[in-house]
Amino acid sequence: MTSIPVAPTRLVTQARRDASADRNFRALVVLAAFIVLVSLIGVAFSMLWGGREVLAGQGLGFFFSTEWNPVENRYGALVPIFGTLVTSVIALLIAVPVSFGIAVYLTEAAPVWLRTPIGSAIELLAGIPSIIYGMWGLFVLVPMMTEYVTPWLNDHLGALPVIGELFQGPPIGIGLLTAGFVLSIMVIPFISSVMREVFLTVPVRLKESAYALGATRWEVVWNIVLPCTRSAVIGGVFLGLGRALGETMAVAYVVGNTVRFSASLLEPGTTIAALIANDFAEATDSYRSALLLLGFVLFVVTFFILAIARLMLMRLSRREGVQ
Amino acid sequence: MTVSTRLTAATFGLAAALAGTTAFAAEVTGAGSSFVYPLMSKWSADYHQKTSNKINYQSIGSSGGIAQIKASTVDFGASDKPMEPAELSEAGLIQFPITIGGVVPVINVEGIEPGQLKLTGTLLADIFLGKVTRWNDAAITGINEGVSLPDTKITTVHRSDGSGSTFNLTDYLSKISPAWKSEVGTGTSVKWPDGLGGKGNEGVAAYVKQVKNSIGYVELSYALQSKMSFTRLQNAAGVFVTPSAETFAAAAASADWASTTDFSLIITNAPGQNAWPISATVFAMMRAEPKDAERAKAAREFFAWGYADGKQQAAALDYVPLPDNLVEQIKAYWAARVK
Repeated sequence: MTSIPVAPTRLVTQARRDASADRNFRALVVLAAFIVLVSLIGVAFSMLWGGREVLAGQGLGFFFSTEWNPVENRYGALVPIFGTLVTSVIALLIAVPVSFGIAVYLTEAAPVWLRTPIGSAIELLAGIPSIIYGMWGLFVLVPMMTEYVTPWLNDHLGALPVIGELFQGPPIGIGLLTAGFVLSIMVIPFISSVMREVFLTVPVRLKESAYALGATRWEVVWNIVLPCTRSAVIGGVFLGLGRALGETMAVAYVVGNTVRFSASLLEPGTTIAALIANDFAEATDSYRSALLLLGFVLFVVTFFILAIARLMLMRLSRREGVQ
Repeated sequence: MTVSTRLTAATFGLAAALAGTTAFAAEVTGAGSSFVYPLMSKWSADYHQKTSNKINYQSIGSSGGIAQIKASTVDFGASDKPMEPAELSEAGLIQFPITIGGVVPVINVEGIEPGQLKLTGTLLADIFLGKVTRWNDAAITGINEGVSLPDTKITTVHRSDGSGSTFNLTDYLSKISPAWKSEVGTGTSVKWPDGLGGKGNEGVAAYVKQVKNSIGYVELSYALQSKMSFTRLQNAAGVFVTPSAETFAAAAASADWASTTDFSLIITNAPGQNAWPISATVFAMMRAEPKDAERAKAAREFFAWGYADGKQQAAALDYVPLPDNLVEQIKAYWAARVK
């Protein structure tokens, strides 16, 4: 008799407790998700706010000017933007084919006992701190560039009609090309490990059918593996690009840190991240404002490139859907 | 609700941290110039042994040091570049020299020994302007008879970060060369016409060592420690002098400190016979009316000890101790200005 009325009350309180726990949990996860969004917008906005002084003084000219003159407080973002894009493009031009080769070798050609050791070695490369790459670049790569690469480029490519100008320069070994080389080595582990992972997901059935029809290894990779994994491969490439755009210390060591526009890849230049890292500690007032605004520019450039990647992936998947 | 709670928590944390610092009243804090950091850490270690007073100096850069003392978060700031008297009085600060050093051109040309190459201020300006581009230019070989210079392009290396060295070098070049003054000017960061940028003294030193036929500029101690080939320079009296503690001291001694306000004087291109033309003073900035008079007094006692008993340590680290008459002027200045 007494136990019957008690039971519903207990159930009701239980249900109420559950409902409130549910609400709290929901609030908690919503908060977690919003922290990311709020901090993202907060970071972008605070950099823009920090750069308001220069933005007010120079207006949109800041984004299109090549001048960087701290004495007269005139700043332009075009040279560091150019350097950032050029070094990242050089890095990708080298890293993408090499990573593709690594991934194909490890998934299709290498003997099985060799696959794990090489795979782990490449992933270890990703764990090396960037300052180590910078020092290696300055003390090992730069002398090699001075002694061999730059003179060779000057003699062989420097005389070509259109692209010749890119490869004419003094043999100092420090410049955009060297920075691009260092960056390419830094992004290879990212791109190649993504490629290797996704190449392994291609159904063996498909590949063996192709082999059975007499396809060569190259034909299997190019016509079966790559089309199957195209969107993931592009994702991996953009992961590498994202890293190359924002890389700071390794680039600061070998890029030359000169805010001056030059058509040659062998001349020193600078990137947004390297310029900020170099100058921020001693920058005051409007100089600091210019660097913060430059940080905002890097934010926007990275955001745009990732957005383009997303867009490409969406269009690809839609086309694949049609097929 | 959550925001205000968080703010309260932050305020409490901050208050606790502030209370924590005031509890150790004997610990003096300073921040600023990275150039003077080796000397400050040596002095504070020795001073701690003698008196058990602690001096905590953070090497955050000259402009950071000025910002910190303006905000009263440290007991003294240190800068390679003097502040103007008007700016000092507006911020309620006093200023006095700590020590003297110098900026030295360093080169990497095969076969040239340290101190072998002679340069004039105009020539140095023209090299950094990109007007004299080869080592065997007639302007260089003309004053360096008997030195065989190669027919190679000169690569210039400068500081990519804002720095007191750049300020003192560009100040000197602006005094010497009208072209430099109009095209580049004076500043802790300037628009370099040409060349590579290295971060810090060690960055410039590393680039000069890596790049053949290059020229850069560093503090003397870096040039000596990394065994680089420095050049001689012609001073205002027309004499070619070698950078050393003696020639820096000669520049400081020939400067007219007595007629300055707040010691606001840049000693580049000093007139003395034996004066190094790019000598530089490191200045300390303190509050004229400190919030914590005890700690400010402890900081002044520390500097007084350094001027008198820290000379050897300074010389060992290639800094120049201040001349005695300057120290007397500083003490009189303290007596007059500190409340």
